[in-house]
Amino acid sequence: MAYKERLNGRKFDEMRPIEAKVGVVKRADGSAMFKIGNTWAYAAVYGPRNLHPKFLQDPQKGILRCSYNMMPFSSSGERVRPGGSRRSKEISLVTEKALLPVLNLDEYPNSVVDVFIELPQTEAGSRCAGICAASMALADAGLEMKDLVCAVSVGKVADKLLVDLDYSEESYPDVPVADVPIAIMPNSGKVTLLQMDGEIKKDELMKLLEMGKKAIASIYEIQKNALKEKYHEVEV
Amino acid sequence: MYRELRSHIISLLNAGIRLDGRKLTDYRKPIELEYGVVKTAEGSARVRIGDTDVMVGIKLDVGEPYPDTPDEGTIIVGAELLPLSNPEFELGPPGIQAIELARVVDRGIRESKALDFKKLCITPKEKIWMVIIDICPINDAGNLLDASSLAAIAALKDAKYPSFDGEKIDYKQKTDKKLQLEKTPIAVTVIKISDKFIVDPDVEEERVIDARLTVSSIEDGTLCAMQKGGDFPLTIDEISKMIDIGIEKGKELRKYL
Repeated sequence: MAYKERLNGRKFDEMRPIEAKVGVVKRADGSAMFKIGNTWAYAAVYGPRNLHPKFLQDPQKGILRCSYNMMPFSSSGERVRPGGSRRSKEISLVTEKALLPVLNLDEYPNSVVDVFIELPQTEAGSRCAGICAASMALADAGLEMKDLVCAVSVGKVADKLLVDLDYSEESYPDVPVADVPIAIMPNSGKVTLLQMDGEIKKDELMKLLEMGKKAIASIYEIQKNALKEKYHEVEV
Repeated sequence: MYRELRSHIISLLNAGIRLDGRKLTDYRKPIELEYGVVKTAEGSARVRIGDTDVMVGIKLDVGEPYPDTPDEGTIIVGAELLPLSNPEFELGPPGIQAIELARVVDRGIRESKALDFKKLCITPKEKIWMVIIDICPINDAGNLLDASSLAAIAALKDAKYPSFDGEKIDYKQKTDKKLQLEKTPIAVTVIKISDKFIVDPDVEEERVIDARLTVSSIEDGTLCAMQKGGDFPLTIDEISKMIDIGIEKGKELRKYL
């Protein structure tokens, strides 16, 4: 079957519908929810706070610690066993690296900023949704930030380049597929997350990054609006 | 450690009110219950009691029956005290608090016979449905136990079987067949502080309790599970009063289903 248009009816550069909100976890120092299509992420920030065990402490600056976790019922297949997998540990690591460049933790020696990302429901693009939620939660926590971080996946199915792959596209049968999750600092345009699996030519990847940048710009607007929204509520 | 907080809470309770202005046996408001919040689960619900916010999702799987109950399916209840939901929760395997929470919710459902385990049997001695109930708090602002127990029953009420051809489950296809709930057990945790009884403690009240008694009851007031907690003992007379409160408040909570 030739791949001419997206099965879900979206245009090639069109993302799934997005919802975003901050202040969703009252006990956290900062929190946010980011939903893109059926993929749904919560993030909570605690800290800067004391870091234990002590040997992890850095006397020069605070450290960032991220944890990505899928809730047991968040997959449309079998139950996800609690307790973290190699996959979730890797995603926690790349999430940390995606967020660190926008933070300045010099003021918080020996401390940690904890970011907990939880996914109640997933259907592709969950690490990107987690990063979007986490960056809003960090801003909500009032931490000094150089920029937000926006993330989306771009990719290729057959010879078509597209934005925000869903599950049917990630696993499209019998044609070359490439899935490229990216995170970008929207103001500087710098890339903080880049992963790729699949087959793709360099010039196609370059085009994808340009397409991703456009999607990132609209995610940035949604994140900013959600952050402002919280304070509208307070004003009234 | 919380001596000042405790004496302040007690002096308020003696005047008939709580830190947040509630009466002693009032739940926080609003209480909200949403069904079907998670599409990837076979059943789900979200309960908010005040700022406490809990999600419960059900996954169904096919397994082998226990040898001593060859014609009965089973339930498995898990609770993860997500560090997202409370600054004191840590990453790692479930601690004793999570295990107690899961087991109290489990017993309320199991012992009330809310699910007829025989109806979960597919082929005796060979195949049964396993109903896996996972509790995930989003925000722990106190009284996770009652919120989780209500959300678990609501999620069961929402659950539909996935399609199963005798060999494999197709999770992508839900059938219209619902899990049949025979009873609706509701857990109410009654707290004793000094000589006063309260329900639905917030985070600060939880820090200064003497004892707690979780009372699970069904529609007609029959008790189906209990759990005493806290460091102090209770007199039989106190237990009697706490059970009365538990049953009465259980009826109130059941209306949200």
